[in-house]
Amino acid sequence: MLSTHDILRQIQSIRGTAQITQAMQMVAASKMRKAQLAALAGRPFMHRLYRLQRKAVTQAVDFSHSLLDVREVRKRAVILVAADKGLCGALNSNVFRLATEFDITSTVFITAGRRATQFVARTGRRLVAEFAYADAPKYSEARAVAACACDLFVKGEVDQVQIVATRFVNTLVQQAVSIEFLPVGKITGLPMAGMESLESELVDNTPEFKFEPSPAVVVGYLLSHYLNIYLYQVLLNAKASEQSARMVSMQNATENANKLIKNLTLDYNKLRQGNITNELLDIAGGQSGSA
Amino acid sequence: MSATLQLEIVTPEAVFFSEEVEMVTLPGVDGQLGILPDHVALMTQMVPGEMTVQQGGRDRSLVVGEGLVEITGRRVSVLTILAIAAENIDAAKAEETRLQAEAKLRERLSSEEVASVNAVLIRSLAQLNVWQRHHS
Repeated sequence: MLSTHDILRQIQSIRGTAQITQAMQMVAASKMRKAQLAALAGRPFMHRLYRLQRKAVTQAVDFSHSLLDVREVRKRAVILVAADKGLCGALNSNVFRLATEFDITSTVFITAGRRATQFVARTGRRLVAEFAYADAPKYSEARAVAACACDLFVKGEVDQVQIVATRFVNTLVQQAVSIEFLPVGKITGLPMAGMESLESELVDNTPEFKFEPSPAVVVGYLLSHYLNIYLYQVLLNAKASEQSARMVSMQNATENANKLIKNLTLDYNKLRQGNITNELLDIAGGQSGSA
Repeated sequence: MSATLQLEIVTPEAVFFSEEVEMVTLPGVDGQLGILPDHVALMTQMVPGEMTVQQGGRDRSLVVGEGLVEITGRRVSVLTILAIAAENIDAAKAEETRLQAEAKLRERLSSEEVASVNAVLIRSLAQLNVWQRHHS
């Protein structure tokens, strides 16, 4: 049987937890706003760049580039993007579930975020490189990851590079996605506004483009930036998703804690009232006994 | 009114400009490139410099960074890392960036760092050039 003192102690400890989760919620909320703005602001640029990539790559005939090289997939690399910390709901485990779908023997991993590295180590998968990205992801961080992936691909150590990460939809919805990175080509795993008609448009009637100074120079320049910006956008999305998921899960935690406190306070009051009644009964009983 | 071009300038931060214009002059890799409606379909690279937009008979000037340009008949889309209207250039800030970049170049740097500092330097120089042209 719990004493009133025990219940009070429980209430106090839960109140402490609620304060912490509340503080974390506030921190995540402010970081979330920034991260969401950054993720959304970059989308028009990324979409146009992707459109340009598709047009350039399908147009530039009799021209080859090592990053466009489609090979039979014997070995594959996965860029796994997850958070540095937990406390963000099912965000990380959703990404990891997608990652487990890749064959363990023929897949190597490039990770971004501490949790991703831990996952790869814990499940005995092969890690080739690990990267970190800050709360406000930097372009240079994305470039480092992209360079590592390109290096593996160009050297022929892997025949395909996939990204497994979280796409930011809104504060309540984040979606784990598996999307194509290398060889550069069509991205099918990612919904992009206005892209549905693009592929048919490319096949149907594309004006023959002229490239200045030459297809090799323009496509080379395009690809070098395309991959970096693509990956940068992935990191921005992952960060916006992480902060959103953390904000929501901390909000839930605070609400739960407050509900617990309310119930316990009710128990405490009942018990206290019960004790007082018992004491009164004892006093009354004692009096009637002595009378 | 003669035919117009749909000009779109997009930077990683935002859609900077999206309007109908009569003519665009932009700094291509092989020199200034003037684009009128019904230009041949072209994909080209752009270098940091000044872009002039003719709209409603008036010229507007802006400074752009390196980027890509796609031209198809009535559309010009410019993807660039930097776009600032000439009247909004902060010359003091550009000058400061230039000095910082130049100081940094004197240090010992890896080739990758040199490339990125150089890019910053060229960008600030482009801003200063355009600014000077509009304030002289």
